Amino acid sequence: MSETPAQLTSALLYLDGVTVSFDGFRALNELSLVVEPGEMRAIIGPNGAGKTTMMDVVTGKTRPDKGEVFFEGHVDLTTLDEAEIANLGIGRKFQKPTVFEHHTVLDNLRLALAGDRRAGFNIFWRESDEERSRIESILKIVRLGDHSNRLAGGLSHGQKQWLEIGMLLAQEPKLLLVDEPAAGMTDAETHQTAELLREINRERTVIVVEHDMTFVRELGVRVTVLHEGSVLAEGSLDQVSADERVIEVYLGR
Amino acid sequence: MKRPFILGMLDGRAGIFLAVVLGVAVLVPILNLAVPPTSPFHVPDHQLPLWGKYLCYALLALSIDLIWGYAGILSLGHGAFFALGGYVMGMYLMRQIGTRGVYAHPVLPDFMVFLNWPELPVYWYGFNWFAYALLMIFLVPGALAFVFGWFAFRSRVTGVYFSIISQAMVFALMLAFFRNNFGFGGNNGLTDFKDILGFNVQAPTTRAVLFASSALALAVGFLICQWLVKSKFGKVLISIRDAESRARFLGYRVENYKLLAFVISACLAAVAGALYVPQVGIINPSEFAPANSIEYVIWVAVGGRGTLVGAALGGVVVNFAKTHFTTGALAPYWLFALGGLFIFVTLFMPKGIVGTLSDFFAWARHPKRESSNGAEPVGQRQAAE
Amino acid sequence: MMDAAPRASSFETPRSLILRSPPKAGVSKDEGTGLLRMRRLFPVPLILRSAAKPRVSKDEGKGRTIFSVFIVLLAVFFSVAPVRAASFEEALALFANDSYSDTDKAVSDIAASGHPQAQAIIEALADGRLLVHAESKAVFIKDKDDKLLAAATGEAAADAPSGLNPVRVNNRVRRAIQAALGSLTLLAPDPGRRFAAAAAVFRSRDTGALEAVEQALAKEVDPKVKRVMEEARAAILVMKPDAPEADRIAAMDTLVARGDQESIALLRSLPQNVPPAVHDAAVNAVAKIERNLVAWDMGQNVVYGLSLGSVLLLAAIGLAITFGVLGVINMAHGEMVMIGAYVTFVVQEWIRVNNPGLFDWSLAIAIPLSFIVAGAVGVAIERGIIRFLYGRPLETLLATWGLSLILQQAVRTMFGPTNREVGAPSWMAGSFEVGQLSITYNRLYIFVFALAVFASLLFVLRFTRFGLEMRAVTQNRPMAASMGIRTSRVDALTFGLGSGIAGMAGVALSQIDNVSPNLGQGYIIDSFLVVVFGGVGNLFGTLVGALSLGIANKFLEPYAGAVLGKIILLVLIILFIQKRPRGLFALKGRAVEA
Repeated sequence: MSETPAQLTSALLYLDGVTVSFDGFRALNELSLVVEPGEMRAIIGPNGAGKTTMMDVVTGKTRPDKGEVFFEGHVDLTTLDEAEIANLGIGRKFQKPTVFEHHTVLDNLRLALAGDRRAGFNIFWRESDEERSRIESILKIVRLGDHSNRLAGGLSHGQKQWLEIGMLLAQEPKLLLVDEPAAGMTDAETHQTAELLREINRERTVIVVEHDMTFVRELGVRVTVLHEGSVLAEGSLDQVSADERVIEVYLGR
Repeated sequence: MKRPFILGMLDGRAGIFLAVVLGVAVLVPILNLAVPPTSPFHVPDHQLPLWGKYLCYALLALSIDLIWGYAGILSLGHGAFFALGGYVMGMYLMRQIGTRGVYAHPVLPDFMVFLNWPELPVYWYGFNWFAYALLMIFLVPGALAFVFGWFAFRSRVTGVYFSIISQAMVFALMLAFFRNNFGFGGNNGLTDFKDILGFNVQAPTTRAVLFASSALALAVGFLICQWLVKSKFGKVLISIRDAESRARFLGYRVENYKLLAFVISACLAAVAGALYVPQVGIINPSEFAPANSIEYVIWVAVGGRGTLVGAALGGVVVNFAKTHFTTGALAPYWLFALGGLFIFVTLFMPKGIVGTLSDFFAWARHPKRESSNGAEPVGQRQAAE
Repeated sequence: MMDAAPRASSFETPRSLILRSPPKAGVSKDEGTGLLRMRRLFPVPLILRSAAKPRVSKDEGKGRTIFSVFIVLLAVFFSVAPVRAASFEEALALFANDSYSDTDKAVSDIAASGHPQAQAIIEALADGRLLVHAESKAVFIKDKDDKLLAAATGEAAADAPSGLNPVRVNNRVRRAIQAALGSLTLLAPDPGRRFAAAAAVFRSRDTGALEAVEQALAKEVDPKVKRVMEEARAAILVMKPDAPEADRIAAMDTLVARGDQESIALLRSLPQNVPPAVHDAAVNAVAKIERNLVAWDMGQNVVYGLSLGSVLLLAAIGLAITFGVLGVINMAHGEMVMIGAYVTFVVQEWIRVNNPGLFDWSLAIAIPLSFIVAGAVGVAIERGIIRFLYGRPLETLLATWGLSLILQQAVRTMFGPTNREVGAPSWMAGSFEVGQLSITYNRLYIFVFALAVFASLLFVLRFTRFGLEMRAVTQNRPMAASMGIRTSRVDALTFGLGSGIAGMAGVALSQIDNVSPNLGQGYIIDSFLVVVFGGVGNLFGTLVGALSLGIANKFLEPYAGAVLGKIILLVLIILFIQKRPRGLFALKGRAVEA
């Protein structure tokens, strides 16, 4: 456990030889991936390539059968559960927007705000002025200032996506995992979302899983192509889309 | 900062409810004791324990609503905590009988003498002190809830699986308490109580005090629940109910939240049971029957799941109906009515009486706006399953 | 919840039925005691051999063997008759002496006499129906109708005197009676009787019967009877003080093979003064039998457990479908079982009134009927209530619970709150034994029935169009719908199928449980635990879950008692579900993650 190559690297997230199988089906097959601090990485791949499973492994939802997953070079993520990993500073945005529909926008952000997560503590929690102003600033970033007292369930699809991103920001994570943020958005919203992600990337490391090539192009970042649970190609979008194998995987023979 | 919160906690409905309960706690005993029987305002003696019982049921319903309505945990075994609280109180009351029992044994309750037990079992020690019994009312059911919940929530047993094993738990307890050698009176349970704190349990003043205590307990239980659900803790509970895994990915230890809510709920149910026993005069293993535990849940559904006032109201309304149904000519049809109620409420009134009414008023005030105006849940529930 | 099946032996033949086989020839007149006495009980072959040979040689030498044998028989009969008569009469008179030792001797002598009345007299003595007149020393038999018969002839006694007393017996006489009766019937033509006789000899261990047993053994062809005779022989040999040590020790092997409590009792009753080798062998044999008995005991527990498990399987199988396939918690499932049981009751009532001859077919009629009735109720429930509640399992649970209250009360109103009598067809009565295991037929048939239901369900799911559609809907509802499968129809039929199977379970349960409105309540929690324990959505899990819970229950019972055993099991299952929330055979993969 102690001597790991990860400690020699500066990587924020380090996956090596990660394998996950469900009833014989290999969702991840010897996947290795390194993400440096401050980087924004786009991960693309056809359906069933293992994108979501990769996120599940990093966030503790799924235990890998084999392989190493290290955060900040020394924290073994395979031994921790979701809450512990979240508290380390890894935030996740789901493909389908999941916000707390019966809470107001304000309460959603309050719940996400970094702070003491203990049950007993939160019985007596009072909002401080500082926390209030942080929430205000996040509301401004995700453009929901006018909707702060509405129930999240009543928001539009795009607004929910943004609220969820806002909740991620409130969590103040070091690493953000974003699953298909542009799905179901209008062109304008997609553009705004790309802008928002670039803004977030100034302070935090971001991994974006995406189908939408125009969105990935707009992000303009390094791309990793997954196929059948392992890395097929890596590089800029132009390099990757020129790769024979990638074309084959995406377009068929 | 603190005052507004408490005021905010007691907005509208909650404030009215609390005022009514406290008013009843004071007024009903006065109308019973101080108003002459000839007056139309007199509350007859037999009504006092009956309504005291309803208040206990209301507190029990409240405890179930805390975990079902707000945390999405459907316990079909909450009767276990209610009955355990009742048994603890029953043990205290048994020890108060002293030599007035049939066998006039100074220490052993009648059933132990009857079974030829040579001495008091260790777990009966200390129950002659009220303070100890009071402590145990919280400790015993609380400990059971903690152990059971700790195992269940840590293993992420959720939804119907939790319901089924909680039902198995109460079923196992029922079988255990039916056994004579378990030491709690077997089939017959504990009964023939004489005194509580030196006062005759049958005396009108004692009954009045017990009634007032039940109302007070309901008020305090309501305040605690209201505090919990309005606090950030309660908001996390609702989040867990609606999207458990999202709450996890935000870094909340879901199992701890559920466990705390479950233990608090169990303690509230136990208090209800402890106040129930001296007023009805008996506690026996049939209180552990799984059917009872399911019935408690329907009170909450009738009143309005996820609204504390509704749950308490449901406890009173359904039991009031039950009393009148089962004592009249309609008695054979009570089970039809109860069964029909289960079906009607789940199919046509998923928000219960209070939820439906508040929707209606919201609609009446602003017919155009979205109807759900508060933290009223329902719909979207099993998202985490 | 389930009771142990009563042990019963199919070979228990009532004493009164033992055939009286009159001996064809007489007996020598010497007053042989003990060892020789038995030889005279079966004189036919001996006399024929010893008497016929010299006669043939003395005969005119015509060589007409058959005729001569006939003559010989006649001659023997007449020549021996007076001798036998004297001996028989004398023995009979001994009864009047009112002394146990005389009675004992009388029993032996009468048995030895081979007289046609011998068996009737000894049986009468055993039943206390043998009466004597003290003065005249006359002996009478009182028959079943209280009519007096003269003991010597078996004819009605017209001039019976008053003041008759029954001949008294003590334990010693009783043993003699048993041995005598046993020997008398060891050669009976009916194997059942021979079996009973040999068993009686085994119990009496009368050393005097050894030779008779050995002779009978030599001629025995029925393997079952032969085995008992060998055991009887072994029992005698082991107890026989003057038998060779090696024989006694060898005989113990036969007892070990028999291996029941009686064998242990026999070996334990060996006196202290036996040779050390025999004693050691006996101690070893007892230990061996006890070990075997423990194994048989476990086997019996397994049998009981499988029986309980098959009941659980029947009750849970329908639930496995509604819960596993539709994800519906049907708390009224137990009431479907109850409905099936009441259908059986109604069918039997109809048969009693209209066509009693069909009674043995009542269950065969009730099975499809109960499937149809419970299935129809199930479809109605699905269409009327459950389809509005899909995706809301907790609400479904509450609504179906309400429904169960209504169904129970409806049945209570129609049929009354008390237990109704459901009879068992003749072919389900009784039991049989395998080694030390006792298996009742009704349990066996229920076990077979449960497996048959399970197998046919698998067949329906795998090989029929409906099964295919059902699996398609389970796996991907929208996709199935877009392929033209009417999903709501499949839902209704699936629920109907689950309910119908519960109804058939009710037919089986009506045979072993009280048919009352509460019948279903007793099974609902167990059924859920079986399904959850085995793994939801996995029929094989339900099979394994039901059988293993049944066996576990029966193994816990002897140590903890029925109630505590059940509590322990509940706690174990609760702990197990904490450990593996998805059951023994959990479905894995992304489908579960949702």
